[in-house]
Amino acid sequence: MSTTDDLTRDALRPPRAPGAGRPVLEIRGLAVDYGYGTRRVHALRGVDLTLHEGEVLGLAGESGCGKSTLVYAATRLLAPPGLIAAGEVLYHPEVGEPVDILRLADDELRASRWQDTALVFQGAMNSLNPVYRVGRQLTDTIAAHRPRSTRAEREERARELLRMVGISPERIRSFPHQLSGGMRQRVMIAMALALEPRVLIMDEPTTALDVVMQRQILEQIMQLRDRLGFAVVFITHDVSLLIEIADRIAIMYAGEVVEDAAADDVYRRPRHPYSVGLLHSFPPLHGPRRELGGIPGSPPDMGHLPAGCPFADRCGFVVDACRTVHPTLVSTAVPGDDPSRQVACLRHDRAALAAAGAPEVEVPAALAVR
Amino acid sequence: MSDTPAPPDDVVLEAVGLTKHFPVRGLASHGVVHAVDGVDLQLRAGQVLALVGESGSGKSTVARLLARLYPQTAGEVLLHGRPVTAIKGRAFRAYCRTAQMIFQDPFASLNPVHTVRYVLTRALRIHHRGLRGDALEAALRELLERVQLNPDAYVDKFPHELSGGQRQRVAIARALAAEPEVLLADEPISMLDVSIRLGVLNLLRDLRDRLGIAILYITHDIASARYFADRTHVMYAGRTVETGDSESVTQAPAHPYTQLLVRSAPDPEHLGDPVRTGAVGEPPSMVDPPAGCRFHPRCPFAAELCRTRRPELLAIGAGREVACWGYAADEPGAPDLGAATATQEVAR
Ligand SMILES: Nc1ncnc2c1ncn2[C@@H]1O[C@H](COP(=O)(O)OP(=O)(O)OP(=O)(O)O)[C@@H](O)[C@H]1O
Ligand SMILES: Nc1ncnc2c1ncn2[C@@H]1O[C@H](COP(=O)(O)OP(=O)(O)OP(=O)(O)O)[C@@H](O)[C@H]1O
Ligand code: SF4
Ligand SMILES: [Mg+2]
Ligand SMILES: [Mg+2]
Repeated sequence: MSTTDDLTRDALRPPRAPGAGRPVLEIRGLAVDYGYGTRRVHALRGVDLTLHEGEVLGLAGESGCGKSTLVYAATRLLAPPGLIAAGEVLYHPEVGEPVDILRLADDELRASRWQDTALVFQGAMNSLNPVYRVGRQLTDTIAAHRPRSTRAEREERARELLRMVGISPERIRSFPHQLSGGMRQRVMIAMALALEPRVLIMDEPTTALDVVMQRQILEQIMQLRDRLGFAVVFITHDVSLLIEIADRIAIMYAGEVVEDAAADDVYRRPRHPYSVGLLHSFPPLHGPRRELGGIPGSPPDMGHLPAGCPFADRCGFVVDACRTVHPTLVSTAVPGDDPSRQVACLRHDRAALAAAGAPEVEVPAALAVR
Repeated sequence: MSDTPAPPDDVVLEAVGLTKHFPVRGLASHGVVHAVDGVDLQLRAGQVLALVGESGSGKSTVARLLARLYPQTAGEVLLHGRPVTAIKGRAFRAYCRTAQMIFQDPFASLNPVHTVRYVLTRALRIHHRGLRGDALEAALRELLERVQLNPDAYVDKFPHELSGGQRQRVAIARALAAEPEVLLADEPISMLDVSIRLGVLNLLRDLRDRLGIAILYITHDIASARYFADRTHVMYAGRTVETGDSESVTQAPAHPYTQLLVRSAPDPEHLGDPVRTGAVGEPPSMVDPPAGCRFHPRCPFAAELCRTRRPELLAIGAGREVACWGYAADEPGAPDLGAATATQEVAR
């Protein structure tokens, strides 16, 4: 394959400098409800999150914590009964003022959305149309994106895209059922790349795949990212995978971001009790074998969230105030920590404790590992 | 129910040359899927054997053959050394009690209209016909306690009122009602949330230790095999490519496929500098599997010998076997695995 050489050369480039770019997407106070009246579920409760240029942002958390809801809402693809209750999503174009995607008129949105942000959905590999050849589905996407291109140009571009994701260009003639699951998933990634996005959002893109195939696809995505410079939002419940590939990780719990920090900090210096629990939930492949306990209990019912911290029932560091005061994202209370990292835990929030008249507490050693 | 474990390390259930070919419909009549080809394995009392391998390599088929959900094409299943042949009647039911299967999806495996009490009472009555009244109630509570669910809190719940981990515990309790000697667990945690997986694995491990149950643990997650299984058995395209104690197989994998599998697994220690395996290729066709070593089209070391002759399992150390020509030192034309042989720790 002609591109293999380029890709190998790319792979030898030094790793990127994380977090340096300027913001591309800024999510502010985003809140989403499902349903109405007594059956209403607050699926997202005031999420703040910023994606920078060229960055890989990982989004992790248990099933039902709101990861998919977040990206659907932020791209305005949320379907009923989902409803955006509050918040803004600022998109920073390459030139000009930021725009609030949630307030764009439909025609303005159509003009901007696909060009700037591409999505690979959860379970996407099953969403190829079974009656059309892979090539036709790619060229249709390219035609929508570049209406003035010629047929020959589109064909050529489709071959190039397949090559990019490591599929032989002859496969352009294949029907989806003639491809393995891993290949179909890579075709979906090629379709997203056909839009030349600045932001590529992938919701569990590899979860259904085999470990070896997952690694092959991730390698391709990372090489393309290094070469084309798009920013990535990568959603998965596999924290060990995220730590490996992401620059920054946002940990979600019960519809909120509870920790937002560099991948290295999340792994070696976790500050939220839930992050600590997650890190003790997967056994290490190498190094000393350790006894592991997981996290006791199970995630809360999103329809009946407790008043205080949503993690309080499962938390080993709970204090009385946690039952009544709802923690918000603040800087950590550990001297020497990266000032830009954030955590939503009262054990780090002296101001909130004082405001509630609760006694001052130390940060437990387990939440202050250096 | 007795809590006396069977003598440890006794072989309870054994597969010898186990083979399963599924006919392919619609194609030429001679086409078959070579789902499992000549697999040997032993399940020992009080031990966990992990079965790992790529999607489609035949792991679930092995479990279903052991559970007698369908007959094998060739080979044998032995229970305590005696061939299992019954496919119906009393002997078959007795076998089903002995080897219980636990499935991947705790949502699908419990009927939504039945409470925990109904599900478990029914299982207890099937396997212990005389049981009723207080004795039945006591057995029910004991089952729930065994899977670490508080009987008072859970006995009257419906499946939809339980979390995934709790449902899987109920499914395990139902299997335990039969007092099985063997649990065949096909990806029992892969549908569960990360934070509750460990709890279920620790529970199974506890059952292994306290009841001396032999466990087959099928998984994609090789790190969990290292954590939980005494021995690990690696399959590729229907065949066994490597076996050994889990620590050796994961820390010093011998077969080039196992090496690729271990290198591909997520590892946070590679933070900021993800592994680049450079691997390419697709899983092989199971209707027309590659000749010789089935891994040869994807193997970086493949030599002519690999393309033509099938490597048998070779002993490469205490309790370890590998099916790769690279370990047949005296064989002319054997490939050179160089620094990648099993004596080396897997390097980056
Ligand atoms: N269409 C819907 N109607 C009602 N509630 C919904 C709907 N979609 C999602 N929810 C609820 O919103 C919450 C967040 O769901 P979401 O799909 O965003 O979670 P997730 O983090 O992506 O989970 P997973 O890891 O399982 O994909 C869940 O509690 C879910 O039950
Ligand atoms: N009932 C069946 N009829 C025909 N082919 C089958 C049948 N069951 C399995 N196969 C085929 O046999 C092969 C082995 O399948 P099996 O389900 O055992 O794989 P597996 O290792 O469990 O995979 P996974 O990790 O994806 O669960 C596959 O090629 C599969 O398509
Ligand atoms: S706020 Fe309290 S309950 Fe919540 S995570 Fe921190 S210590 Fe635990
Ligand atoms: Mg989701
Ligand atoms: Mg299977």
